[in-house]
Amino acid sequence: MFRELLQYRNLLWMLTLRDIKIRYKQTVMGFLWAVFMPLLIVCAGLLIKKGFSIVSGKPLDLAELSSVSIKALPYSFFIASIRFATNSLTGNANLVTKIYFPREVFPVAAVLANLFDFLLGSFILIVILAIAGFHIDYHVVWVPFLVFLLILFTIASGMILSCANLFFRDVKYIVEVLVTFAIFFTPVFYDASLFGKWAPLLLLNPVGAILENINNVTILHHPPDMFWLSYSILWSVGGLFIAWNIFHKLEFLFAENI
Amino acid sequence: MVASALEFQNIFKKFRMGEGHDSLRDLVPGLFKKAFGNIKGTELKEKEFWALRNISFRVGRGEALGIVGPNGSGKSTTLKILSGILRPTSGTMRVNGRISALIEVGAGFHPDLTGRENIFLNGAILGMRRSEIQEKMDAIIEFAGIPAFIDTPVKRYSSGMYARLGFAIAAHVEPEILLVDEVLSVGDYTFQGRCIQKMNEILKNGTTVIFVSHNMESVLSLCNRAILLVNGQVMREGEPAEVIAEYCKVGGAWVPKFSDRKKAVVREVTFEGVDSFGKALPPGTRLKCKVAIECLEDCRLSPGLFLTQYGGFVFDTTYGRMKGESISLSAGENVELVWSIDLNLPNGSYDLGVHLEDVDTGLYHEHNFRTVHLLIANDFRYVGKYVLNPTVALGCQHHQKDGLLKRSSI
Repeated sequence: MFRELLQYRNLLWMLTLRDIKIRYKQTVMGFLWAVFMPLLIVCAGLLIKKGFSIVSGKPLDLAELSSVSIKALPYSFFIASIRFATNSLTGNANLVTKIYFPREVFPVAAVLANLFDFLLGSFILIVILAIAGFHIDYHVVWVPFLVFLLILFTIASGMILSCANLFFRDVKYIVEVLVTFAIFFTPVFYDASLFGKWAPLLLLNPVGAILENINNVTILHHPPDMFWLSYSILWSVGGLFIAWNIFHKLEFLFAENI
Repeated sequence: MVASALEFQNIFKKFRMGEGHDSLRDLVPGLFKKAFGNIKGTELKEKEFWALRNISFRVGRGEALGIVGPNGSGKSTTLKILSGILRPTSGTMRVNGRISALIEVGAGFHPDLTGRENIFLNGAILGMRRSEIQEKMDAIIEFAGIPAFIDTPVKRYSSGMYARLGFAIAAHVEPEILLVDEVLSVGDYTFQGRCIQKMNEILKNGTTVIFVSHNMESVLSLCNRAILLVNGQVMREGEPAEVIAEYCKVGGAWVPKFSDRKKAVVREVTFEGVDSFGKALPPGTRLKCKVAIECLEDCRLSPGLFLTQYGGFVFDTTYGRMKGESISLSAGENVELVWSIDLNLPNGSYDLGVHLEDVDTGLYHEHNFRTVHLLIANDFRYVGKYVLNPTVALGCQHHQKDGLLKRSSI
């Protein structure tokens, strides 16, 4: 199944490029789009952190600010990709019904297009953190692997959701609602440890587990929590395998059900 | 026998009619109903229909197959199954070679991207490599004839430019098997000519082509075999000319309106002046045609004689139109009409038919398209629509020195 995707890598690349180009064409914000959503999330996070610090009486330190911004970026990548991928099949209905090629390229291209924004945002964030005098240690080498896991999980979710939205058009509304409130169930503004013995419950959220580990290796200078790392790997790899299979099995029904 | 490029064996395709569940909101109550409701078969079966019923055909390498038929007969469904977009309900299909399908030109265009960007995108969608696209970029732009607008977003294009660019990309894909669905009718007159020319070029390169079109002339000129699909079934397969003639009868633009009561019938049609209709006739043959008519009920008739080619009228006249009067007959009466025509026709196959028109109602009691099939062939070669009975002679022979003209055969 991956071989077919490899064969059509040029198409995948062109579709990704198309999605990126369209996002930046005839827009007011241009490349600011890449930082717009993470910036909003960071601002909201800072507001909440400030509230916490007033309540607890502890002053707000740089580590906490960095923590929010470091987690906000991958989180917004996940959210934006999911939104985009959900509509990727129905939005390309004319292609789905008119030309044959593996339909996997649509959700995957949607995720890759958002990955571009994510990388751009990451670059800006790294520059800001470096200027602010933020310190990292060798544990940071885990970050690419954790991001890779997040990408796999995002692709898996995107595939399932795009497929579901093709058969049932209200899936995209359900996704919108979920995405709006997901921030409260994901440790972005806060650390899971805040909940003490209830923390594992929050980490059951696969995105939450990945974000916490990113927090571990950057802010806390810890090695990643191996249990939750394995848990994330299981979700990402297993999830992608299952999603890909479901997608592949249903693919031939797409053209007549769209 | 040529190696087959495509094979369709007993392909069936079922489609649902009406609306299915397309939102979870509808599905969830639907499932509950199924689970807890009384399922005693009282509910109507799901509405289904066969889009294709037992279709079998095979296309050899380098062949050009035309598929004709009325709207909704399953032509596009066939192409979509061939290209892999749809999966048949049952039956097997074999494909040998890289397929490229032109179900619709410009299907993958994005309005916000420029012509050049869309060439890259659409080329990739049609299965071209990036280097391949780059190589053919100039040829594509030139073929589309829009070099001035190639860096303008396609949303600003006229619909003709849009379609031309779409066809230009598709025509440069160079697949082994090309599926074409009614895309030659884009653009203006000159562009259509170029499309046909390009298709001929593609065919010459040995590409297998499946061609769906309502343009009978292009099917006739491009294809070496044709299939007539009606209601999802193969009604006729064979020579394009024959298949098209059949199509024009079943789904043609004009169908004779018959009278409810048959008041007169043609008993017999006999011919004089021709030994056999199996052989080709030279043009200019005088054909005598005797039509014996029997009247069943009192009526006023205007019998006619007509000639068609591929379903289109070549010549049609009636007794009424020629004489300015009708034939009044009473029940049981018989009458014989003797027609005489000169077959001043260009090469080709024709159908001679007779009809009986009721003067009072304008309806037909009899309308027979193919009373006899005629084949006309000249013993000299020419091109064109009419035969002008040419003669030619050499003059000035006495100027030759030795009195003889040097001649060689061609």
